[in-house]
Amino acid sequence: MSCWEVLADYGLRSIGIGERLLPRDDFSICTQVVLIGSGMIWNIYFGIVALASGFFLATVLALGKASRNPALRKPAEWVIFVFRGSPLFIQFFFAYFLFLSLKSVSPVFDPFTSAWLGALIVLFLNTAAYSGEIFYGALLSIPKGDTEAADAYGFSGWTRFRKIVWPTMLRLAWPAYTNEAIFLFHATTLVFFSGFPAWQQRGDALYYASYFADKTFNPFIPYPILAGYFILLTLAVIGLFGLVNRRLNRHLPQARRARLRIRPQIIR
Amino acid sequence: MFQHCTDPSTLEGLSWLSCYLTTGKHLSIYWSVGTVLLLLAITAPVALAFGFGGASAARSRIAPLSWLGRTYIAIVRGVPDIAFFLFFVIALDQFFEWLRHEVKCPGWEGSIWQGNDFVVCPEAKLPLSTAPQIWHEVYGFSLAVLTFSIVFGAFAANVLYGAMRAVPRAQLETAEAYGMTHRQTFWRILVPQMWVYALPGLSNLWMVLIKATPLLFLLGIEDIVYWARELGGSKTARFTDYPHGDWRVWYFGALLVFYLCFTKLSEVVLGRIMSRLTRGQATAGGEAQRKAA
Repeated sequence: MSCWEVLADYGLRSIGIGERLLPRDDFSICTQVVLIGSGMIWNIYFGIVALASGFFLATVLALGKASRNPALRKPAEWVIFVFRGSPLFIQFFFAYFLFLSLKSVSPVFDPFTSAWLGALIVLFLNTAAYSGEIFYGALLSIPKGDTEAADAYGFSGWTRFRKIVWPTMLRLAWPAYTNEAIFLFHATTLVFFSGFPAWQQRGDALYYASYFADKTFNPFIPYPILAGYFILLTLAVIGLFGLVNRRLNRHLPQARRARLRIRPQIIR
Repeated sequence: MFQHCTDPSTLEGLSWLSCYLTTGKHLSIYWSVGTVLLLLAITAPVALAFGFGGASAARSRIAPLSWLGRTYIAIVRGVPDIAFFLFFVIALDQFFEWLRHEVKCPGWEGSIWQGNDFVVCPEAKLPLSTAPQIWHEVYGFSLAVLTFSIVFGAFAANVLYGAMRAVPRAQLETAEAYGMTHRQTFWRILVPQMWVYALPGLSNLWMVLIKATPLLFLLGIEDIVYWARELGGSKTARFTDYPHGDWRVWYFGALLVFYLCFTKLSEVVLGRIMSRLTRGQATAGGEAQRKAA
């Protein structure tokens, strides 16, 4: 089989288009690269949707944690503590079995036991908690002069938040938030190793990589391929977030702009 | 376990629960908590040693050594850690067997890669197929410890490398001015001073290490996740005196609470150590403590 045929057969295998059976004896480099790349579709899907939706909840959580009203502060603190304090792996398991027992209550919960929704909800809450903590830290370090100037100009309520507090918070949090985004993408590889089943073997990149490692008993080919894909993905994330960082800092003199620094210290 | 547990079908409420939670299988899940703690206790110092080696290598003046250290540190960037866990467990196993194969069976015909199989001579198998079960478990556990140490060593190397660079340059220059050699400066000036800078990063790493322990079951260890899945699944009256439906959600709820408590406890303890170490230091934290007193 030529590499083009493999690409046509397995390029979209992870979302159910193409060949039904996974390769059983032909484990050429090309097959591995194509199938693992096909799995990356899921990683990117989980990462982007969870980040985009989690962003809003994170802002709410940060504001809640910074609030003086205990009725708002306590729940936000608890959500952040629970999701940051426990392993993501256990969260996946717990959520899966929770949805599984809810399923017997009502058929409404059927889609929740499949990865595309159930795991997405866990990732959404998880990234919201981690980013909420980051935003909360940024909220506390907003320069006092900025808010004083806003008060002096007569800003209040929503306009004060939208025009002054929020942009500054984002600007200060952005380097840390970039790290969070990178590690969220890494965390997406856990999905199919927890309770969530890979329906019809439609799995993510790591699922296919470990499939090949199991079949060939040779870890030295699939895992480096996976690593290559993730390094590319990480570079893309850094590039995109760098553009946003430039825009957030565009009013500042060059020397005072926050640089993106990648600090790999987070596993969930 | 208890006297009143002889006939489980007659039990109810709390006495039933006390019997249920002390069955033989449940005792294994409590033991596996011990496995997790043992892994943490062994991995933490070993990973620290790996990290120290990596960080010193990265600082080395010998170029290849420095590249080696930097590559080791850079490895943690960009690639998901779980991929390392899955990779290293197989790779290390094959590596050890290959080494023994080379030593023990020099006359072996044929390649060790036969089609899709990895074949070594029977004497090189690790552990030997005749070895008792306990050795298989010990071997699996040490592979897991080694894997964890390699991955977390890279994280620790990153932290220690940063801490070494945070030691004020003037300190090292003073040491050089006193005529200390490179080695003396490193051991007598740099290493004792770097810990204060490294501690926040290292305590963060400890939290991360705790949260990575449920991955153990992926490495083939019968840890708490394994037992929670095993015990929580539905059981019929045919196989057990305590039949029940799918209770895995309760078991994983318990694991969630266990990890939350463990994290909270570590947070408190590490906070105490940090405040103890910052006392009297010429840092912002030490200054704040002095003012508060």
